[in-house]
Amino acid sequence: MKKIAGALALLILFGYLLMVAVYLHPFGEPQTEDMDKYFIERGQAETGANNIVTSIVFDYRGFDTLGEATVLFSAVTGVALLFKKKKEVKE
Amino acid sequence: MRALSKIVRTICNLLFWFILIFGFYVIMHGHLTPGGGFQGGAVVASAFAMVFVAYGITKAVDLVKEGSFTVAESSGLLAFIGLAFLGIGTAFFYNFLAVGRSSLLPNLFSHTPHGINPGDLNTAGVLPLMSLAVGLEVIGGLGAVVYIMYLNRGGDEE
Repeated sequence: MKKIAGALALLILFGYLLMVAVYLHPFGEPQTEDMDKYFIERGQAETGANNIVTSIVFDYRGFDTLGEATVLFSAVTGVALLFKKKKEVKE
Repeated sequence: MRALSKIVRTICNLLFWFILIFGFYVIMHGHLTPGGGFQGGAVVASAFAMVFVAYGITKAVDLVKEGSFTVAESSGLLAFIGLAFLGIGTAFFYNFLAVGRSSLLPNLFSHTPHGINPGDLNTAGVLPLMSLAVGLEVIGGLGAVVYIMYLNRGGDEE
């Protein structure tokens, strides 16, 4: 019974994904392209960077990168706390 | 953990510098080619991880001091936030060094030609500096994680 239910769920999921893949809108033709066009046309002139991804990551959405850096910093702090030396704990 | 065999250590000596060069290349060319601070920092940190694994814990402690990774991480994050704050005359994260915007140093960075071009390292104002700061932070962060976990793991400690 469990196997049949699992197979049925897999079949339904597979069929759904297949249907979605058929109706997926074509690659390279976004539904709204105002932001894309803005970045592609003006990014180079406004930031001076040839790599538009970098100009977005470090300039237009710098706050996002600051959050990422803070996440990394707090993760390292957590690891440092978790793996504290045993000697220090004993004292 | 003891050091690995002499073959591994020799190849590690050879590869370490190339991985380091590649990592810093990825960091410094973040505004021109795919990559940037996070990716290049991860590459450099992996070079340090390779050395730690190849040489074992006793040599790792000799090679790198305990606090140097943490110092690199903190200074990188502080430099990043400081660079963001320097543009606060207009906005937080304002690219104040880009061509035509800086009144103090107008000729520090060269002009970027429009369209497809191979690119010049000396462009993009504050972006390469931010890339370097984030790279330093990621080197320090990932290196510190590897170092701390490797140094203080349980089990067969001598």
